[in-house]
Amino acid sequence: MALLEVNNLSTWFHTRNGVVKAVDDVSFSVAEGETLAIVGESGSGKSVCCYSLLGLIPMPPGKIESGTALFNGRDLLALSERELRGIRGNEIATIFQDPMTSLNPYLTIGEQLIEPLIYHRDMSRKKARIRAIELLDAVGIPRAEHRFDSYAFQFSGGMRQRVMIAMALIAEPRLLIADEPTTALDVTIQAQTLKLISELQTQRNLAVIFISHDLAVVANIADRVAVMKDGKIVETNTTTAIYSKPQHPYTQTLLKAIPDGGKVQQADIADTPLLEICRLKTWFNISGKKNTRSGKKDTRKKSDGSAKGSSANDHTVKAVDDVTLTIRRHEILGIVGESGSGKSTLGRSILQLVKPTGGSVKYGGDELTTLSRRQMKPYRRRMQMIFQDPYASLNPRMSVFDALAEPLLYHGLATRKTVLAEVLALMDDVGLAADSIRKYPHEFSGGQRQRIAIGRAIATKPEFIIADEPVSALDVTIQAQILELILQLVDKHNLTMLFISHDLSVVRYICDRVAVMHQGKLIESGATETLWHHPQQSYTQSLLAAVPSLQASHN
Amino acid sequence: MSTDATLANITDAEQGSSLWKDAWHRLRKNKMAVGGLFVLMLMCIAALLTPWLAPYSYEEQNLILGAAPPSAQHWLGTDTLGRDLLTRLLYGGRISLAVGFIATAVALLIGVLYGTVAGYFGGRIDAVMMRLVDILYALPFMIFIILLMVIFGRNILLLFLAIGAVEWLTMARIVRGQVQTLRQQEFVEAAVSLGLSQWTIISRHLIPNTLGPVIVYTTLTIPSVMLFEAFLSFLGLGIQPPQSSWGLLISYGVETMEEYPWLLIFPGLALSITLFALNFLGDGLRDALDPRTSKD
Amino acid sequence: MGRFILQRLLQAIPVLLVVITATFFLVRAAPGGPFSAEKAVPPEVLKALEERYQLNQPVLNQYFSYLGDLAHGDLGPSFRFPGRSVNEMIFAGLPTTAELGLYALLISMLLGTTAGVVAALKPNTAQDYIPMSTAMIGICLPSFLLGPLLMLVFGIWLEWVPVSGWGNIPGDKILPALTLASGYTAYVARLSRGGMLEVMSQDYIRTARAKGLPEWVVVIKHGLRGGLIPVVAFAGPAFAGLLSGSFVVETIFQIPGLGRFYVQAAFNRDYTMIMGTTVFFAALIILFNLLSDILAVWLNPKLRQQYSSHSG
Repeated sequence: MALLEVNNLSTWFHTRNGVVKAVDDVSFSVAEGETLAIVGESGSGKSVCCYSLLGLIPMPPGKIESGTALFNGRDLLALSERELRGIRGNEIATIFQDPMTSLNPYLTIGEQLIEPLIYHRDMSRKKARIRAIELLDAVGIPRAEHRFDSYAFQFSGGMRQRVMIAMALIAEPRLLIADEPTTALDVTIQAQTLKLISELQTQRNLAVIFISHDLAVVANIADRVAVMKDGKIVETNTTTAIYSKPQHPYTQTLLKAIPDGGKVQQADIADTPLLEICRLKTWFNISGKKNTRSGKKDTRKKSDGSAKGSSANDHTVKAVDDVTLTIRRHEILGIVGESGSGKSTLGRSILQLVKPTGGSVKYGGDELTTLSRRQMKPYRRRMQMIFQDPYASLNPRMSVFDALAEPLLYHGLATRKTVLAEVLALMDDVGLAADSIRKYPHEFSGGQRQRIAIGRAIATKPEFIIADEPVSALDVTIQAQILELILQLVDKHNLTMLFISHDLSVVRYICDRVAVMHQGKLIESGATETLWHHPQQSYTQSLLAAVPSLQASHN
Repeated sequence: MSTDATLANITDAEQGSSLWKDAWHRLRKNKMAVGGLFVLMLMCIAALLTPWLAPYSYEEQNLILGAAPPSAQHWLGTDTLGRDLLTRLLYGGRISLAVGFIATAVALLIGVLYGTVAGYFGGRIDAVMMRLVDILYALPFMIFIILLMVIFGRNILLLFLAIGAVEWLTMARIVRGQVQTLRQQEFVEAAVSLGLSQWTIISRHLIPNTLGPVIVYTTLTIPSVMLFEAFLSFLGLGIQPPQSSWGLLISYGVETMEEYPWLLIFPGLALSITLFALNFLGDGLRDALDPRTSKD
Repeated sequence: MGRFILQRLLQAIPVLLVVITATFFLVRAAPGGPFSAEKAVPPEVLKALEERYQLNQPVLNQYFSYLGDLAHGDLGPSFRFPGRSVNEMIFAGLPTTAELGLYALLISMLLGTTAGVVAALKPNTAQDYIPMSTAMIGICLPSFLLGPLLMLVFGIWLEWVPVSGWGNIPGDKILPALTLASGYTAYVARLSRGGMLEVMSQDYIRTARAKGLPEWVVVIKHGLRGGLIPVVAFAGPAFAGLLSGSFVVETIFQIPGLGRFYVQAAFNRDYTMIMGTTVFFAALIILFNLLSDILAVWLNPKLRQQYSSHSG
């Protein structure tokens, strides 16, 4: 018998711009001990669907239009706010995506942990504390008793998510809703967290609803999968069936979009090096204000995961430490590593967006590290960058035309007369419709914005492009399109590319060679397939082992 | 693609809507803000045209009439010397508004330049510049200005400078914070990696993006400056007779409010309505320009 | 934390020194001496006076002897009230002003935060509009206008409360305290509404709700702390504002407090008195800014740890 049975649920948002049917006539069920995954891209309504059951959507503008949700014989949608409160955190618990923002920064984690016991079980603080420490221990928090009075910011990302899991399970719920619980985590931590969740599930015979955008992650954990698109569930089936015999065309598209396997067409790589990086070091001084302006991203990561990091002492972070690397003409070289590994700083150091502390970067034989801003200008035209966040990488006050015309005019690659034609040609190149030339970034979707950013990068007809996580902010189907576009452009314009990513599947799919970074150091590099099948370093091995893959589900 | 064809294409192109346009649309929907803008424009026009609009001359006394309540001849009544209150309000408004606008302009100019420089160059320059602002912040300026007024006499120019000199601090902090955040945004890094000059980056990529908060803060600075001027004038430390301002008129009104309440109420209304208009406009602009609301 | 406080205290010293120095030289730079303001004083009397107040000595000497006196807490004699020292006058007015300020601070913090939090709980409803419109009135009706109006309506026309004085007739403290508090109540209400709105949209509030906590626990325990940090940070500047607000309120309601003395001294050009009070006010304001900074840091565990870990 199903523990939760949802029938014909519809949740609409009544906004100024009309009605948005976030969830539209959705039905599903979960049994005890079972894991149901709800998979969909951003905006598909997968989170709203579960929050509706718990009364966690803002009303207004949200409104549950119809449906029933029988949980243990009671209709959740018909309960009063008070009755529902008795179920939330008690019989149904939730884990959220970002453990940093989901824990209260002003209260100790202990205080937050014991709350469900105090309000649902009337337990004394003393007893609750003992229970909480037991549970912290069970989810793998070392020295749980000492950590009880710590604050969320004193934990690393993975540990925080463990705290969230402990908090969800403390009142011994029967159903756990996990909303993208590993999306904000590094791949090795993700693997550990997923393992923890399934262990706890088996021990406690929990029902789990696992919300995710990542089919590969889901493949390893779910019993059944429901695929959502535009507020509707388009297909529900057992995990094996979904992956081996997808029925709905959208499911098929989704599966096809997952980068799987190695690069199909190997590039014709010349043996001449384009970039020679030798013993490059970029160190940041955390306490001093020095270098903070470009180094902030990495220092922030550092303070997040205070356990790791590559600091020699308290004040210096060796973001890039003694890296030697050669990039050959016409190759795509992948740099992989987890957050804080220094891969982004490496890219920025090569482009001299961050001044390296030591070492050399030679571009076509010319030393770049000693050049002044002015002397750098001719090289800037030849080396470009594509950034991660398509929302932040475009000036919100410049239209597509302004954004693409600026580099052309500035580097004298077009005149006032020819610039329009040039811009249109660029837009055609990156697959943007010509009639959107006067539009502004906020009028585009994430994928289209990334196209604009790519257009800007190739505008100056560069030879070398650094792509820093160019697809990690995008949905999987869009990601596939952008990767396709990048491969196309590399081929068409004879580009050399440094492709930085945390996503090993993407790197494998697109790169000719790969280099692995860990704590600022380059620990291993080689041809992609060779490295994949014969990783030498133990870190690389553990990294590769942690990658969720579709193959696993077929066995 | 031939040039003709591209041009034809462009004329067909959808006109994009910039953030400014979006903000304007949102502002127009906010009735209070539009009302504020309208009132403010009326006030400004009245201040500019005062010499032609004023029904009487500024100094014209009518001692026989004395203080009279509102009537057909004197819409807002007269003061104890028989001077037309409407006329005096119009002239006083000129001063009050001028102080508000000019002192704010001073603050705007210093604050934006200072904040941009500190935020853009960062590092030690920023540390030194912001430490100075911190120290100035800690000074009790209100008391200093009173001291200045006492010592150097009640000079309007000094008043502009003194108030402007206080208000730029917050502006500098706001702009610096903005620039610092923007400086780390990827689109500025993209501009650097395109090889654009520092000046191009500052003028095309940074300043246009700081304007939102600057406009909002400017709108909210004007009323606080006007309030401060009125406060000083009320204490007898601001504008000096024969010049007048709303604050000064209010202080006269208080002296005789038991017998002639209109002498307090009308100047009070004039000041309050203007403050209301500016604050509503400022709030409306804040909502309209806030990037978080611009997404939906 | 201890180190943070010490650091801030050390930072306050140069600020205070700037205030003292600037005040001292500004007063000395004033056109005409303190005794040349009105009718001509016979030269010998002037000379005797200058000698008495050490005005015949080199300016630097005067400056250092002033600093020396200050170090002992001596603000010097009053120019206008011979025989009385500035210290005496300040301490005569201080209790009244402090009492008035305290009432106003309490009213504005309690009423302001309550109104702001209530408004933030149901944004864009009547529960939001009513307190916030009232707050807007508080901001647009400055104390020098509100005070006389309250006096006119409730004191003179309705005769409900006395119109002037302090502590003589029961109820005479109501109007001054309300007048002084109004503007700051409004600011605090707006700030706490903004702060609460920000906090209540955070993910961790959703977590608290997902745990099934009663709404009042969510608001008070999880929301209030973060939401009121802007208010705490504003308390320092608010205090400075209340102090200058007391100039107006004490003048309007004829309250014999420090603020009124200050305004009178400004009119009389009693330079030592102005200087003394300026330095005294500055020190108070710096102290309150310090307290509000410390409180804001203390409320934020992350900052608290940052400062304590640096000290070892």
